[in-house]
Amino acid sequence: MSAPLRIFLVDDEAPARTRMRALLGDLQAELPSVVIGEASSGHEGLALLADNPSDVALVDIQMPQMSGLEFARHLSTFERAPAVVFITAHDQYAIEAFEVNALDYLLKPVRAARLAAALAKAATSGSVKREAVERAARAPRRYLSVVERGRITLVPVAEILYLRAELKYVTIRTREREHLLEESLTALETEFSETFVRVHRSCLVARSALRGVERATDDEGEEGGWVVVLDGTAEKLPVSRRQWPAVKALLKG
Amino acid sequence: LKFRDGESRICENERKIKILYQKTEKSEALALNSPHFARNSRGDGPTDTLPDFRNLGVIARILVIVNALAFIAAAIKASTLPQLMDAFLEIALLLEPVLIASLLALYIANAGLARLRYDIAVAVVLAIVLVLTAAAYPLMPTNDFTPGGLARALGFAALVTGFLLSYFFLRNRAFSPALSEARLQALQARIRPHFLFNSLNAVLSLIRTDARRAETALEDLAELYRMLMADTRTLTSLAEELELVRQYLNLEQLRLGDRLNVEWRVESAPRDARVPPLLLQPLVENAVYHGIEPSLEPGTIEIAIYLNGDRLHVRLTNPYHPDYQHRQGNRIALANIRERMQLHFDVEAEMESGVVGNHYEIHMQMPYRAGPQ
Repeated sequence: MSAPLRIFLVDDEAPARTRMRALLGDLQAELPSVVIGEASSGHEGLALLADNPSDVALVDIQMPQMSGLEFARHLSTFERAPAVVFITAHDQYAIEAFEVNALDYLLKPVRAARLAAALAKAATSGSVKREAVERAARAPRRYLSVVERGRITLVPVAEILYLRAELKYVTIRTREREHLLEESLTALETEFSETFVRVHRSCLVARSALRGVERATDDEGEEGGWVVVLDGTAEKLPVSRRQWPAVKALLKG
Repeated sequence: LKFRDGESRICENERKIKILYQKTEKSEALALNSPHFARNSRGDGPTDTLPDFRNLGVIARILVIVNALAFIAAAIKASTLPQLMDAFLEIALLLEPVLIASLLALYIANAGLARLRYDIAVAVVLAIVLVLTAAAYPLMPTNDFTPGGLARALGFAALVTGFLLSYFFLRNRAFSPALSEARLQALQARIRPHFLFNSLNAVLSLIRTDARRAETALEDLAELYRMLMADTRTLTSLAEELELVRQYLNLEQLRLGDRLNVEWRVESAPRDARVPPLLLQPLVENAVYHGIEPSLEPGTIEIAIYLNGDRLHVRLTNPYHPDYQHRQGNRIALANIRERMQLHFDVEAEMESGVVGNHYEIHMQMPYRAGPQ
C-alpha cells in the first residue's frame, strides 16, 4: 500500500468520533491512514466529502435527520464515492440487512482488529454499492439528491409538490423551483407511497399539497377530464381516467 | 499464534458455558423470587396480605359485592317486584350501617392490620365486623329480637366477610404473578441495548483523555444496572428513583453533550414517597430517545415532581418531532408503566400523555404514601 488510506468519519456523537480517531492512530503501523475530515450529520458529511475525496467513510447508522443508510444512498451519486463501512451499536434489523446485502459493518464498541480488517476490505472493494444500500434501507429517504453543476443538492421530500416523468428524467417541483432527477418514477412511487399519489401515468402528486380538482379546459388535458389543483403552484395537472377513482377517493376521505 | 487462537476459543467456550450457567441460576433465582415464595417481612411464608382498605378501588369493590349479595338474598326470598324491594330494604336497614361502620373501622385500622400476620389480621377483621354487627343489631327497628335472630345476623356477617376476604385473597394471588410478569416486562422494555453499547463506546473514548470521568461513568453504569436487576415488585422511595434517573442522564450527557439539557423541578418533591421502582427512568429514556436524539439542535427535558394535597404528581416534558417516525417502543413502555401503576395503586393511579404545542407531555398522579427514607 503506497499512500495512506484517506478516511472520513460521520457520527453524531463526538465521543464516538474521538474513539475512532484513537483506534486509527493505534493501527498506523499496520494500516497507514489519514482522517480527511469528520462530520456530525449526514448533511455536513455530504457537503464536506464533495470537496475532500476519501477512500473510506465510516458511518454511524443511527443519526438524527438523516440515517447512515440514507447518507450512503446520497453518497452513491458522487462521481468518485468512497467505500462505506457502517457502524451500529445495536440494530438487529440493520445488521440482518447488511448481512443479506453484503455490506461492511462494525459493531460499537469497535475493536481495533475488526476495524483494520474492515478497512482493508473496503479499500479493495471500491465505492459504495448503490443497489445494495437501497435494498438494505427500510425507511423511505427524507431527501432526494440531485446533481446540479457537479454538486449535490438535497431536496427535502416534504417540500416536493409533484414529480413528473419527462423523457430520461423526473422533474421535481417544489414551491421555489424545479430540479431534474435521474431516477425511475415507478421506484419513487413504491418508496414514497405514503407521501405521493399517482394522478397520471407520468405524474405523482404530494398528498399534502392536493387541494382539489377542476374540470379541464381544452388545452389542459383530456377532453372532459379533470385536473388537480395544488397548494403552492398555479400549475394544474391532468388526472388520467385510470387514476381518477383513486384521486376522487382521496379527496373524499 | 494458532495455538493461542485455539486457547482463546476454549476460553470463549468456557465463558459461554459460564454465561449459560449464570442464566440458569438467574432464572432459578427468579422462580424462587416469585411472589408465592417471596419472603414477607417476617422472613418466610407466602406474602398473603389483606387488601389496602384505604384504596378507593378496594372500597368500591366491597360496596358493590356486599350489596349484590344482599340483592341476591332478597331476590331468593321475594317472588314479586314490590316484595323484592321490601326484602332488600329490610336487609339494607341492618346491612348498610354495619357495612359503612366496618369500612370506616377498617380504614382507620388499615396501617395496624398491615403490620399483623395474615391469619391474625383476618381474625381481627372478622372480629371487627362481628362486634359492629352485634352492636348495631339491637338498634334496628326489626321485630325479631330473639337471640336466634342475632345469631343469624352474626352468621351472615361472618359469611359475607369470609367471602370477601377469600375474594381479595384470590385476587392477590392472581395478580402476584402479574406483578412478577410486569417486572420481567419492565426489564425488557427498559434500557435499550443501543444505550448500553453507545455508553460503553463513550466511556472507551474517555479512558485515554479523561480517566477520572471515565471512572465516574462506569460507576454510574454499574449502579444503574444494579438497580435494573434489583427486585422491582415492592415499592421504592422517590429519592432512589430520582438518583437512578440522574445516573442515567449523566451517561446520556456523556455522548449527547450539549444536545441534552435537563430542567429539574423537584425541590418540593417528597423524597420519602413510595413509588413503583423503574417508574421514571423508562419515561426519561423515552424522552431522550424521542425528544433529543432525533434532532441535531439542543433540546430540553423537564422533570417536575410535586405534592398536591395527598396526591403525588409527576410531569415529564420533552421536545416533540412530528416528522420523526415514532417507534412502537414508546407505547409499550407507557402501557407497561400504566399497568404497573394500576397493580400498585388500583384506580387511584392516573396517567395522561399527549402532544402540547411542540412538546410531548406525560402527567402521572398517584396517592402519596410516605415510607421510611
